[in-house]
Amino acid sequence: MKVAIPAEIHRGEKRVSTSPEVVGKLIAAGFEVIVESGAGSGANVSDEIFREMGAEIARDAESAWGSGDLILKVRPPEFNNELGRHEIELMREGSHLISFIWPGQNEELLRHFAERKVTVLAMDSIPRISRAQKLDALSSMANIAGYRAVIEAAHHFGRFFSGQITAAGKVDPAKVMVIGAGVAGLAAIGAAKSLGAIVRAFDTRPEVKEQIQSMDAEFLELEFEEDGTGQGGYAKVMSKEFIAAEMELFARQACEVDIIITTALIPGKPAPKLITRGMVETMRDGSVIVDLAAEQGGNCEATVPDKVVNRHGVNIVGYTDLPSRLAAQSSQLYATNVYNLIMEMCPQKDGSITIDMEDDVIRGATVVNRGEITWPPPPIAVGAERKPSFGGQAINPEQEAAEEAGAPVAAEPSLLASFSKSAWFPLILGGLALLGLGQVAPPSFMAHFTVFILSCFIGYMVIWNVSSSLHTPLMSVTNAISSIIILGALTQISNSSLLIYILAGIAVFITCINIVGGFSVTQRMLQMFKG
Amino acid sequence: MSSSLITVAYLAAAVLFILALGGLSTNDTARRGNLFGMIGMAIAVLMTIAAFASRHLEVLIVIMIAGGAIGLVLSRRVQMTQMPELVAILHSLVGLAAVLIGIASFLDATIQYSGVEKTIHEIEIYIGVGIGALTFTGSIIAYCKLSGIIGGQPLLLPARHWLNLAILVAVIVVGVKFVGAEDHQQATLLLLAMTALALVFGIHMVAAIGGADMPVVISMLNSYSGWAAAATGFMLSNDLMIVTGALVGSSGAILSYIMCRAMNRNFISVIAGGFGTAGGSSSGASFEGEVQTIDIASVAHLLSSSKNVMIVPGYGMATAQAQHAVADITRTLIKQGVKVRFGIHPVAGRMPGHMNVLLAEAKVPYDIVFEMDEINKDFPDVDVSIVVGANDTVNPLAQEDTASPIAGMPVLEVWKGQTTVVLKRGMAAGYAGVDNPLFVKDNTRMLFGDARESLEALAQAL
Repeated sequence: MKVAIPAEIHRGEKRVSTSPEVVGKLIAAGFEVIVESGAGSGANVSDEIFREMGAEIARDAESAWGSGDLILKVRPPEFNNELGRHEIELMREGSHLISFIWPGQNEELLRHFAERKVTVLAMDSIPRISRAQKLDALSSMANIAGYRAVIEAAHHFGRFFSGQITAAGKVDPAKVMVIGAGVAGLAAIGAAKSLGAIVRAFDTRPEVKEQIQSMDAEFLELEFEEDGTGQGGYAKVMSKEFIAAEMELFARQACEVDIIITTALIPGKPAPKLITRGMVETMRDGSVIVDLAAEQGGNCEATVPDKVVNRHGVNIVGYTDLPSRLAAQSSQLYATNVYNLIMEMCPQKDGSITIDMEDDVIRGATVVNRGEITWPPPPIAVGAERKPSFGGQAINPEQEAAEEAGAPVAAEPSLLASFSKSAWFPLILGGLALLGLGQVAPPSFMAHFTVFILSCFIGYMVIWNVSSSLHTPLMSVTNAISSIIILGALTQISNSSLLIYILAGIAVFITCINIVGGFSVTQRMLQMFKG
Repeated sequence: MSSSLITVAYLAAAVLFILALGGLSTNDTARRGNLFGMIGMAIAVLMTIAAFASRHLEVLIVIMIAGGAIGLVLSRRVQMTQMPELVAILHSLVGLAAVLIGIASFLDATIQYSGVEKTIHEIEIYIGVGIGALTFTGSIIAYCKLSGIIGGQPLLLPARHWLNLAILVAVIVVGVKFVGAEDHQQATLLLLAMTALALVFGIHMVAAIGGADMPVVISMLNSYSGWAAAATGFMLSNDLMIVTGALVGSSGAILSYIMCRAMNRNFISVIAGGFGTAGGSSSGASFEGEVQTIDIASVAHLLSSSKNVMIVPGYGMATAQAQHAVADITRTLIKQGVKVRFGIHPVAGRMPGHMNVLLAEAKVPYDIVFEMDEINKDFPDVDVSIVVGANDTVNPLAQEDTASPIAGMPVLEVWKGQTTVVLKRGMAAGYAGVDNPLFVKDNTRMLFGDARESLEALAQAL
């Protein structure tokens, strides 16, 4: 099978869909590779290097598109002005394409693919399950965008990020607020942190708090109970009250921070407007806002997509091509994601791919299969969701998947179900036993029995309150008071039988050791705890 | 004396006992609680003597004073590191007393019941004596294991579960015969036979449990001593004994539960014994890496240049008697402006709360001593963790390797800190027989040698 890598023609796009290493690996897996001349120039990879790795170089776009059985792209195909033809027209019937497609926004494109009778796998439609993390190009790109956002901010911010004491005076560290702690947000936190800034972050999903704190950033909390976790580890739309509280928090932060990086996105919805013009006004002159949601309309009201604008003395960066601005890095990661996807379809490494529609990952990614539109895919079982994790692969994806698959089942069992397993049987048994006891036991016994059971409950309540540092004194004092058994011996000691007298005498003797010893050693220990 | 007066006195004593236990919820109220306990005991004992003891009062007083004196001396002399031994031996006394009182009660011809009441009374005696006997020998074996008179290794007889089952069945069979016995003499023999069986059972049960499961064993014996007292209370129709026994019994049961949870084991498997014999690193989870050692001077340098230090003590600190050296170092570091805290695993040591007592003895302020659950999340901020004689409680395998025998046991996550210094005598595996990959982590340094000597040298160096 021949893998073709045409050059990207989208304006300003510098990425390329493969890297020299991946070319080498594809050839090792039995594929032939053809790269359009100049495809890698934006990412600083020359034709020469591709050739060294064993790729054939195509003279022009037509020959690249036309010769490939499997075409790798970054941007969705578009109209090629130079050739006067749409890129899809250049594809051979029956060939395959792997690229970002955004099928939700590009239904026209899907129909076009269908007419052309090709098979298309969308890198953006790969389901976010643990197994697919190594294919997750969205995370790779988000990671780069988050990093680059900080670099852009630093570029437009006229100051240091880190605090310093210099001979020429003190420099305060920059304060950065990151809104949305998904992959991009976490990458931004990491980058800003390593530049020395004070970083705060906010997210509607409470479970990311730990991730934020693990990166040494401060988690901004609302005094408000609402879980913003939606399907697939993304955020969902929040209630009005929540948004009001959230906006108030941002307004307060805007007066304090120097840099705001927003990454808030809700799948299938325009980006929520979180930073109002009013907040921009309250920010200090020279502050920077980097709006990673610019393409979806922006989190800031003043954002202009693809531009840097200055409003009220604040630079608002609305670039939508941040990954392309780190073309070498993003090409390398994207190429690896694509390679991993190809290997999912080519387990034998025999230079050919099979589209297995039973496989959740492949099913999700395939948006057009041999001229038939297969998007949107059926939903995957809820249990297979994964939390967005920062960068790279989970330590043990399979285990994580297993754990998470089990989690929803265990998370909210109905009250009755949880009860029936463990508690019903002993409860019924205990009830029956009590009933039987009530049948035969004399009233005097039942009175003692009542006292006994109630005391057990009191003991249970009291002991759980005991501070764990005092467990040793607890043991010694319970030891002392369990010597209350001495009362038994004392009632017997005046017995006329010598044997009983002796037995009781011994019992009194040893319990006295216990009483005095127990209380006194407890007292001794507690003196130490006085501190 | 009227029986109502006795009842009121017993009621007062019961309330005071509950207050005594309730007082232990905070350090500030604990001493007052203990005082309540003493008053309660005094009221109960004096009222009982006044009501029942009619003959040989002077002998009784001599006996009590002699016993009390021995108790006092014991409690004054005991080293804090030996607290588990003391508690174990005191448990055995409660057990023995329950046996003696039960047998005496059975022999007492003045108590006459008939019909169902007789049966119930006999069952109460039987159970009281049985639990007492079991507590008695079990505690003695526990004492011997703790004080090193016999080894800490679990005794694993072949077919030990069957042996336990056989004893249990025999106890029940003898019990049925005992209740049905017409002849008093024969019944006495049966009672003694059961006592012997229970004594053997106690020995065997504790002998089969390994040294580091002692926190569970001690709590369990604590619980048993309570149940023995409660059963004796039933036998003698004494509500105060029932109440007290139930309090102590549930206290011990809760402690056992807490200890089991801290080791991620279930109670039955601890009692069944033989943990850790399944065999070393048989889980296949071997690990590779270089152990990096460190010398005292470097540790001292490391500590004085850090801001946030965590000390994680284990049983090794108790055996080496190193708590005072630890406290010295703590004081020096605090004086130098270093933030020092202690992280205590619930099963560190040989009984619940053992480490807390040792640190309190060495005058470590208790507000810097934290439970595992309180402190675990702070490890990423810690510059240096010092692990003193702990092993399994800091083993990352518990989280990383699901096949490991300690998998799922909650552990102190020292490896998340910047640097970890482990004080250890050698590279031996911990009690669970599991190798500890902590020792070869990149950020771990080993300081071999006796913990006390090392720490004293370290205190000097600081």
